[in-house]
Amino acid sequence: MDFFTIVQLGDASIRMAIPLLLACLAGLFSERAGIFDIGLEGKMLAAAFVSAAVSFATGSVWVGLFAGIGISVVLSIIHGLASITFRGNQLISGVAINFFAAGLTVVIAQGWFKQGGRTPSLSGSARFDGLDLPGAFTRMRDKMQASPGMQFYSEFVSGHSILVYVGLLSVPLTWWVLYRTRFGLRLRAVGEAPEAVDTAGISVVRLRYSAVIICGILCGIAGAYLSTAVQAGFTKDMTANRGFIALAALIFAKWRPWYALGACLLFGLFFAIDNRFQNIQLQVIWIMVLLIGASIAMTLYAVRREKIDVLVLGGLSAVLTAVALVTWTGSTGDEVGLVAALWETVKVPSQLIQSLPYLFVVIVLAGFVGKAIPPRAGGEPYVKER
Amino acid sequence: MEKMPKWADVVLVPVVSLLLAAIISVIVFVAVGQNPWEALKLMAYGAVGTSDFLGYTLFYTTNFIFTGLAVAVAFHASLFNIGGEGQVLLGGLGAAIVCLFIPWPHWTLALIAGGLAAAAFGALWVAIPAYLQARRGSHIVITTIMFNFMASGLLVYMLSDALRPAGQMQTATAIFPDATHLPSLNDVAQLFGSDLFGRSPVNISIFIALAACVGVWLLIWHTRLGYQIRAFGQSESAAKYAGISAVNITMIALLISGGLAGMMAVNNTMGINTPQLVDNAAGGAGFIGIAVALMGRNHPVGIIIAALLFGALYQGGAELSAATSIPVQIVVVIQALVIMFTGALDQMVRSPIEKIFIRRGRAAAAAGE
Repeated sequence: MDFFTIVQLGDASIRMAIPLLLACLAGLFSERAGIFDIGLEGKMLAAAFVSAAVSFATGSVWVGLFAGIGISVVLSIIHGLASITFRGNQLISGVAINFFAAGLTVVIAQGWFKQGGRTPSLSGSARFDGLDLPGAFTRMRDKMQASPGMQFYSEFVSGHSILVYVGLLSVPLTWWVLYRTRFGLRLRAVGEAPEAVDTAGISVVRLRYSAVIICGILCGIAGAYLSTAVQAGFTKDMTANRGFIALAALIFAKWRPWYALGACLLFGLFFAIDNRFQNIQLQVIWIMVLLIGASIAMTLYAVRREKIDVLVLGGLSAVLTAVALVTWTGSTGDEVGLVAALWETVKVPSQLIQSLPYLFVVIVLAGFVGKAIPPRAGGEPYVKER
Repeated sequence: MEKMPKWADVVLVPVVSLLLAAIISVIVFVAVGQNPWEALKLMAYGAVGTSDFLGYTLFYTTNFIFTGLAVAVAFHASLFNIGGEGQVLLGGLGAAIVCLFIPWPHWTLALIAGGLAAAAFGALWVAIPAYLQARRGSHIVITTIMFNFMASGLLVYMLSDALRPAGQMQTATAIFPDATHLPSLNDVAQLFGSDLFGRSPVNISIFIALAACVGVWLLIWHTRLGYQIRAFGQSESAAKYAGISAVNITMIALLISGGLAGMMAVNNTMGINTPQLVDNAAGGAGFIGIAVALMGRNHPVGIIIAALLFGALYQGGAELSAATSIPVQIVVVIQALVIMFTGALDQMVRSPIEKIFIRRGRAAAAAGE
């Protein structure tokens, strides 16, 4: 792998990370104020559709962006209505918003554009193009022949749409708002101890609505980025579960803005690798080492604990070991003995590679990467004492 | 403390919620330029208009009873199993393996073995999220969503690689042996000289679904375990003081939930006209289970009614999209509205109705004195 490939991978990671980052910060505002939001996915999807449709209709991507933010904020307010005003179940409300967006975008796209649930392709001023910073090479051939520093500047730093820079800037901005303003202090307090905020004479309801609306704005930008900058138009289910991965990144980041940047870049890298290397070959011995090593580690963890740990982790170890053994014996042939089979290479199924980010999310949530403590009042509707 | 009468709680509130969902659906139809009345007529015809359509409606109803029960059992323990979709897929894998690799002499034996395998695979697929929730506090909602994606990846791999017979184009398993094919309800009807269900795939697993309803009712309201599940769902801390193990109840409730979802696969593998496991076999049933459980108020009787409604909606929606330019996703929109109004905005519907009843109760009491 040469230097330029690494730069390209970094560039792709950033592109993949930005929607995750915006959604993650959106979730951060909401959850720090005590409102769980599993509907990030739906808000992004709705914003992606509306911004593409409005950009197409008006020819201006900026109008599209604001329309996308608008629909996302509307969905946020519905979520606020359900979870703040009517004290409903926040998870159920989020799930409903996800389905609502997933269904309605396709129904309306089909009804208006009749192209099988997508918007027409956007071009020209109806799209966010990459910004070329001064002095950066734009043609691929120039970039490949440039010096490493110039390659880094031209490919990695320059050439992104303005929303990428907006996304990156929103990290310090979020940090500043949360930790350096009175609003941020109150916002964090309302997620930890709403009764204390209420006692101080500050409206819990108003604070939580503001948090939810900020969440909507950020999700709106994330959705618009997907359909008007990354792609040229809306396609069905184009958010591709980024809303859920953003939630996992939020937990991984322990609800902190700078950590969120790190977590989203890591997930972005995962997706970039995923896109670039579909065909990964591994020697059987490495598969054996990996799977059996994991099995041994889990068994050792389980034996010192209770029966339930032994049952679940022992069972999982048995399955992993069985997969390893099947791979091993499956690689033997007429010419190839058991020992020689260890050095055979097998293709890792592409479905497994595509599942790796999700698997990683589960490992993150299992808390093996450090303990994550959510805001104390998260998910609980606030009832004023009578 | 005055309360509203039980019938208002059980019937009136869901009906009003449903009406609100219907009003918004009408707005959606108008927005895409479809006459809502025509659409409703088309959907009603598509759901029950011919014997084939009626059979398909009942076929989907069977699916939704299983997934609705699955979500409801977890809800009783205050857990949200959103992974029904993945558990159904894994259940299908279990049923397929049992049917393809063991030569069954008769469908009754195959049904028992296939049902158990499907339930076991569904339960095993939720075991890891359940364990992580019980032991590490990892959020069950996010882990089960992730397991849905992994399940569909695993299924695509199995159906395009490991279980696909050589030379078959379709990403599916081989067709199961005849002895594992469940009799369709039309076969049963023909014994009485009727052709009530046409060529639809509705089959005897609908009786398994109804039996599962009775089983869940007995479990939740008439066993010690069911009591523990409900107690845990009402208040985790109180349940702990009563000596109920949070880890055990979380695990058991979710395993039962996963098993019920997995069992749905009997219907859509062994029950269909060419019995086999196909790609995307769950078809969103796992998610519709959420709406069914919420609308049915987590009670088996309510779940049967809600499953019938969604069965009709799903089948009617498919016929609507075949006849007009409205895509099948309209069903997802209606499903979302039902989840929103009966689930999250329940209080919005309930409290005004409650107020009316309390006011009328007071007025009646004052008149009586």
